[in-house]
Amino acid sequence: MRVPGRGLLNAAQQVRFNFDGVAYDGLAGDSLASALLANGVRLMGRSFKYHRPRGVVTAGSDEPNALVTVGRGAAQRPNARAPMVELFEGLEAVSQNRWPSLAVDAMQVNDLVSPFLSAGFYYKTFMWPRAFWEKLYEPVIRRAAGLGALSGVAAADESDKVFGFCDLLVIGGGPAGLMAALVAGRAGADVILADERDRMGGRLLDEKEGVGGMAGHAWVAGVLDELDSLPNLRRLVRCTVTGAYDGGTYGAVQRGAPGVAHETFWRIAARRAVLCAGALERGIAFPGNDRPGVMMAGAVRGYLHRYGVAAGRSVAVFANNDHAHCTARDMAAAGLRVACVIDTRPEAPASTGDWPVYTEGAVTGTSGRLGLRSISLRHAGGQRDVFVDTLAVSGGWNPAVHLTCHMGARPVWRDDIAAFVPPEAAVPGLRVAGAAAGVFTTHGALSTGVRAAHDALDDLGISATPADLPEAEDAACCITAFWQVPGKGRAWLDLQNDVTTKDVALAARENFRSVEHMKRYTTQGMATDQGKGSNVTALAVLADATGRSIAATGTTTFRPPYTPVAIATLGAGGSGVGFAPQRFTTSHAASIAMGAPMVEAGLWYRPGYFPRRGETTWRQSCDREVAMVRGAVGVTDVSTLGKIDIQGPDAAAFLDFVYTNRFSTLPPGRVRYGLMLREDGHVMDDGTSACLSPGHYLMTTTTAGAAAVIKHLDFVAQVLRSDLNLRFTSVTEHWAQFAIAGPKARHLLNTLLDDPIDNATFPFMACGAVTLAGVKGRLFRISFSGEHAYEIAVPARHGAALFRLLVAQAETLGGGAYGMEALNVLRLEKGHITHAEIDGRSTAGDIGMARMLAPQKDCIGKVMAARPGLSDPARPRLVGLRPLDPTAPVSAGAHLFAPGAAAVREYDEGYVTSVGWSATLNSNLCLAFLTRGADRIGEQVRLVDALRGHDTLCSVTDPVAHDPKGERLRG
Amino acid sequence: MRYNALRLLKEGLTGNRGWVPVWRDPVPQAAYDIVIIGGGGHGLATAWYLAREHGITNVAVLERGYLGGGNIGRNTTIVRANYFLPGNAEFYSHSLKLWEGLEADLNYNVMHSQRGLINLFHSDGQRDAFVRRGNAMIAQGDDAVLLDRDGVRRHLPYLDFDNPRFPVYGGLLHPRGGTARHDAVAWGYARAADRRGVDLIQQCEVTGIDVQGGRVTGVQTTRGAIRAKKVAIVTAGRSGQVAALAGLRLPIESHVLQAFVTEGLKPVIDHVVSFGMGHFYISQSDKGGLVFGGDLDFYASYAQRGNLPMMEHVMEAAMTLMPVIGHANVLRSWGGIMDMTPDGSPIIDRTDIDGLYLDCGWCYGGFKAVPASGFALAHLLATDRPHETAARFRLDRFRTGAGLMDEEGTGAQHNLH
Amino acid sequence: MRLTCPFCGARDLREFSYTGAAVLCDRPAPDAGADVWDSYLHLRDNPAGVTRDLWYHGAGCCAWLVVERDTVSHAVLSVVLG
Repeated sequence: MRVPGRGLLNAAQQVRFNFDGVAYDGLAGDSLASALLANGVRLMGRSFKYHRPRGVVTAGSDEPNALVTVGRGAAQRPNARAPMVELFEGLEAVSQNRWPSLAVDAMQVNDLVSPFLSAGFYYKTFMWPRAFWEKLYEPVIRRAAGLGALSGVAAADESDKVFGFCDLLVIGGGPAGLMAALVAGRAGADVILADERDRMGGRLLDEKEGVGGMAGHAWVAGVLDELDSLPNLRRLVRCTVTGAYDGGTYGAVQRGAPGVAHETFWRIAARRAVLCAGALERGIAFPGNDRPGVMMAGAVRGYLHRYGVAAGRSVAVFANNDHAHCTARDMAAAGLRVACVIDTRPEAPASTGDWPVYTEGAVTGTSGRLGLRSISLRHAGGQRDVFVDTLAVSGGWNPAVHLTCHMGARPVWRDDIAAFVPPEAAVPGLRVAGAAAGVFTTHGALSTGVRAAHDALDDLGISATPADLPEAEDAACCITAFWQVPGKGRAWLDLQNDVTTKDVALAARENFRSVEHMKRYTTQGMATDQGKGSNVTALAVLADATGRSIAATGTTTFRPPYTPVAIATLGAGGSGVGFAPQRFTTSHAASIAMGAPMVEAGLWYRPGYFPRRGETTWRQSCDREVAMVRGAVGVTDVSTLGKIDIQGPDAAAFLDFVYTNRFSTLPPGRVRYGLMLREDGHVMDDGTSACLSPGHYLMTTTTAGAAAVIKHLDFVAQVLRSDLNLRFTSVTEHWAQFAIAGPKARHLLNTLLDDPIDNATFPFMACGAVTLAGVKGRLFRISFSGEHAYEIAVPARHGAALFRLLVAQAETLGGGAYGMEALNVLRLEKGHITHAEIDGRSTAGDIGMARMLAPQKDCIGKVMAARPGLSDPARPRLVGLRPLDPTAPVSAGAHLFAPGAAAVREYDEGYVTSVGWSATLNSNLCLAFLTRGADRIGEQVRLVDALRGHDTLCSVTDPVAHDPKGERLRG
Repeated sequence: MRYNALRLLKEGLTGNRGWVPVWRDPVPQAAYDIVIIGGGGHGLATAWYLAREHGITNVAVLERGYLGGGNIGRNTTIVRANYFLPGNAEFYSHSLKLWEGLEADLNYNVMHSQRGLINLFHSDGQRDAFVRRGNAMIAQGDDAVLLDRDGVRRHLPYLDFDNPRFPVYGGLLHPRGGTARHDAVAWGYARAADRRGVDLIQQCEVTGIDVQGGRVTGVQTTRGAIRAKKVAIVTAGRSGQVAALAGLRLPIESHVLQAFVTEGLKPVIDHVVSFGMGHFYISQSDKGGLVFGGDLDFYASYAQRGNLPMMEHVMEAAMTLMPVIGHANVLRSWGGIMDMTPDGSPIIDRTDIDGLYLDCGWCYGGFKAVPASGFALAHLLATDRPHETAARFRLDRFRTGAGLMDEEGTGAQHNLH
Repeated sequence: MRLTCPFCGARDLREFSYTGAAVLCDRPAPDAGADVWDSYLHLRDNPAGVTRDLWYHGAGCCAWLVVERDTVSHAVLSVVLG
C-alpha cells in the first residue's frame, strides 16, 4: 500500500497500467513491482517446477520470482523482472507460467507429487517404453518448461551498438561510485559512470540515512548536479555493465526510457575501472520461506523509502545481523505494525519500539496459501505463532563480485563478514570499492570509492586533489552466519527453480558433492537470476552436508552477462540485410533494368541470366545465351574477381614463389594462367597474372578466393620472403572489368577502341593498355568460355557506361549480355574448373595439372604436395561424364559407383562436382572426381543421387567436351 | 540400484532417503591394468565399454577436477551423423546407433531426442555440397532428405524468408539427428562404469607419465604414483599438455568455442537448425532455454571464455536468420577448450611409446562422438587393433597426407576447422 | 580484447585475425625432410601459458604481427611486426 509522505515519487504524476487484465494506477517512477505492491497485489508469479504462488522478494535485478511478460506482438518481451520494469502510461503486463490464471493454476498439482519430483528425478525414469520419450514424455516436459513465451512475431531490430572509450569506467552509482566518479571527474579524467537503475544513488535512495548532514537522496542530488556539469564525464542511467572481457573491454546494456524499446549495447574500452556494484541481500532457508510476503529486508525498506510503498500492513523481521533491525524502526516510523524481530544470535540489538526482539530465534514455518498470513517461530524463551502479512528476512549480504570473476577467478570467503569478496587483481585494471568489496558501511563505501579512484588516476598519471568525505553511517558489520532452519516442511533455496535444502542434501547423499555437480544435478542457480540470492546459502548447505568449510566447497563459475540481455540487443543491426555487407558491381543497375535475377556470390550480387521476351524459364535464357556466345558475342561483368597490382624488381620472383608455374619467363604484354597452392600442397586458388611492363604485374583470383589470396600474399611478402623487393595492393574495386566472348568479340572491340587490334598485335594471351573514347583501360585476351575472348578493364567510375555500351554493341551483332548460368555452362563445356572442383581438398594432380608444378623451383606447397598421400595414383581424378541418354538426369553432389556395384560407401568411387545442359553438345554434361579417373576414359559409371532419386549410367570422358584443341581461342 | 519409475515412487514415499551414491570415491590403487587420463565423456565411455564389451575392469579413470567437468559439461548437446568423408562417415554412423540404445544400456535417462537437424544452404554451390553430403549419409546407411525452400518453410516457418541477407535456398534434413542432455551422458557412463568395478578417481591430476625403454610404466599424480600397463590420454583440449608429460608433441592447437543459453521459454524451436552463411546453430533444451553457438574465437586459448566480437557475430546471425527470437534474453555464456587438428578430424591411435594411447582432436564436435569414441578406444586398448569404425583416425596421417579427413576443405590451419 | 598494432595503435580484436603459432614464420628449406615439415605445419607446443602467435591486421594496415600472449589469461605481452 502507498504510504503518503514517503518515497521519492511525485504523488501527482499518476500512471495507468494493466496487469493480468486488471487496470491499476501507479506513479511515474514506480516499478511494476512497487506499483503492484502499492495496490495491494502480492501474487506476481508461479515457480517453475511446482507452480507455487510467488511474490516479489527483491527490489532489483536479482529478482527470482516476479517475472512477467510485457507488451504484445513484435514488442512482446517475456521474463521481465517486475522490480526492473519501469511504469509507463498504458503498460500491459501479464504473469507467466500459469494456466488458467495466476490465482488458480492447474499445474500446481505438481506440488502435490513433489516427493516424486525431487532433484534429478528425470534422469531416473522416462526410459521405458523407448519410443515414449520422444512421443510423450518429452513433448509434455517441453510444454511445461520455460516461463515466458515469445510472440512468434519477428522482433524489431531497433537497438544500436556503440563503442565507448574512457580513462575510468565507474560501475555503479551508489555512494562508492559517486565518490569515485567525483574524484576522477574533478581531476579531468574521461569518465563513464554507469548504473543499472533509472536513478543513481544506490542504497542512499533505499535507506533512511543521512550523508553530510542532509538526507541521503538530497546529498545524491547535489553530487549528480556537479557530475552533470563536468564535460569530461558521461553519466549513463539504466545501463548495466554486463561483462568484463580481455584488455579492459566491458560490455554494457543501456535501456531506453520507460516504454521505449530501444536499447544500446556498449563495447567500452576503459583504461581503468572501479566496480561499485554494491551487495545483494540473501535470505535464510526455513520451512515455508517461499510464500508471497516473505521478502528481503532491504527490499522492504527500499520499497518504503524509494517508492513510498509498504509491502504489507504488518511486518516481522528475521535476521542474523544488526543492520536488518532498522527495517522494524523504519516500518514503524511509517505507521505500520511491527510484530517482532527474530534474531538468530544469542545477543541482538535492543528493540527501538513496542515490538519484542527474540534472540536465538528462528522461523519454523509459515501459513497462507496465496500470501503470507502467519509465521511460527521459536526463540530462547519458547515458541509462538504471529500473524503478519510481511516477513522481512536478512541472512546477510553477498557482495556483487560477479564482474571480478568473469575472467575465471573465484571469490574469497571471509568468515568475519560471512561473505565472499572479490579475489585480488583478478581482472587487470579493475578495482573494487564499497559493499562490492565487502566494505558494508556507507562511510566505508565513500572512502573506498575515493581511494580506488585515486589509485586508478595514479596508474593513469593523472593528478587529483583529495576529496572531502561527507559524514555518513559507519556502524560495524555485526553478523553471525546462519543458513538454514532444520525441521518439517520444505525450506527453499532457488525460488524460481524450486530447489530446497532437501534437494541439496539428496545431491550430497548421491555423491554429487562438488558444488558444480550439486548445481547441475539440482539446477540450483540455473534460473534467470543465476542464483544471485541463493547460491551462497545453497553452497553453505552443501558444505554442511558434506562436512567441509564454505571456503573448501567453493563457488561455481561466474559468467557474463550479469543480467540477461536480449538477443536483439547483442545482435543489433544484424537482422535483414544488415548481417553482412552487400557488394554491387558497376553493372548492377543495368542488370536489374534488364530483368536479370541477381544471385549471391559470396558478398557480391551477380546476374543469373538476362531473360528476353518469350523466355519463361531460366533454362531457355541460359541455352540462348550459351548459343549467343558461341555463335556471336556475349558480354558479362567479371569485376568481382580479385585483382592485385604487383610491382617491384622482385615481383617476378615473388610470383614464381606463390604460383606453381613460372612467371619470371612471362614477357611484358602477356598473360599466363597460374595455379596457387596452400602450403599443405592442396590447391588454394587459380587465376591469371598479366605482365603489364617489366616488374609490373596484375594478378587475378577467383571471386571467392580474393580475400584469402591477398592475405596469403601479405604473409609471404612480409614474413616468409621479406628479402624480396616489391609492393602490391588490391585493386579489385578500382577497375570494372567485362568479358567479351565469341567469334565477333574482336569485331565488337574494334568498334570501341581508339586503336583497333588484330591477331598480330593482340594474339591469344596478350595484354596491354588501350583507350576507348579517350578513357584509359586495359585489355587482356583471355578466355574462360573457350571462345575468342577478351576482358576489358576501365576505372570503375566508367564501368556502368561501358557495360551499357558493350551490351548495345553486342546486340547489334546478334549477341548481348550473359549471366552466371551461361557462364557456368560455357566453362563446363571446356572443362574449366571453379571452386566446385577446387574445394580445398584437391591437389594439382587431382585436377590434371600436376605438370604445372615447375620442377626446378620451390614454391608454396611444393614440398607437402609430394607427400605420399597427395601423390597417390588411386586418388580421385577430374574427369568429364556424359550420360548415355543425353537427357537423363544428372546432378552435382551425386556419387559414382561401378555399374552393378551396390550404392553403398564401401563401393563409392567419386562424386559429381558440376553439371549443366550443354546446348552446344545437346547433352547433359558433368565434371566429376573419379578414383583413377585418368585411366578410365571410355568406361561407364553409375551416377547415383539418392536424395533426388537419380540413377544414371554415364561414360567417362576427358574433362574438355568442346573444342579440345582450343582452335576457337586463337586467330 | 536400478532406476525406474517404481523406484522413484518407492523412494518418494519414504522421504527420498534411500537413494545411493551414483559412484564410489575409491582410494587409488597402486596399480591398474589400464589408466585412463581424463574423466570426461570420452574417458568415462571408454571405461564402461572396456568393462562391458571386453570384461576389463581393473581400470582407473583419473580426473583432475570433478567428473564431467570439461567440454562434456559445457557443450551445445548436438548429436548427429552427417559427416561425409570416409573415416568420419562410418564412425559417426556407429556412434548414432550407440546413442539410440544408450538409455537402455546405461539405465540412465540421457534424454536423447532425435528431433531432426536441418543444415540450411543459401546458394546453388552450397546446395551441391550438401547434396554430396546427404548422398554420402545415405550410402552410409543413414538418413537424409533434401528440402527445397518450401520444404524448409514447412519445418521452420519462423525463419526470416522475407528479407534476409542470405536467403534460404533449402536445407538438408537429418531426421535422426538431435540433442541429448550432456551432464546425464557423463553421469550415466560414470555410474555404469563404477557399478562394474571401474575406479573413478576425482581431484587427481596427472603430473607425470613414466616411460622406460620406450614403454609406459605408469603415471605420477597429485594423489600418488600409479603403475599401469596401458595409459590412455583422453583429455581433449589439454591433450597437448598431458602428452608433453611423455615428451610427445601433438598436431593439436587448443582454442576457445563460446556457447550461449537463453532464459527458459515455452517451445519455439523444435529442431536443431544450422545456418549456412555464418557458423551459427541453435536448438531448444527441454528446460526451455535456447542453446546456440557459432564459430571459434579463432585464437589459441585455454581460458574457457571468449570475447565480444564472436559473441556479437553469433547474435547478429540469429537476428538475420530468425528474428523471432530477438526478445529471448541471453542468460549465460561460456566456453570450452577445443582440441583442433590440421584437418578437423579426430585421432584415436597408439603413439610411438608402447602402451600409450591417444584419443583427441575432436575439435568442437566431441559430444556426439562420445559413445563411438569410447567404444573404439576400448577396442584399441583391449586388442591393440583399431576398431573398423575408427581405423582411419591415425596420428600419422598429417605426416603422410594419406587419409586426411578435411570436411571443411580449409587445409592445415588448425583453427579453420 | 585489444591489440596494439605497431602502425595503428591499440585496436579492437575484431580488426585482427589469428592464423597460428609463430613457428609458421620459420619456413623450412625444401630439403629439410618430412619430419621437419610435419613439425612446421602440424605439430605444436600448444602451451597453456605464454605463446607467440601470428596475427594479421586485416581490417587495418594489413601488417602481419607476432604477438606474445598468455593463452590462459589472454594477457598480451608484446606485439611486433612479423
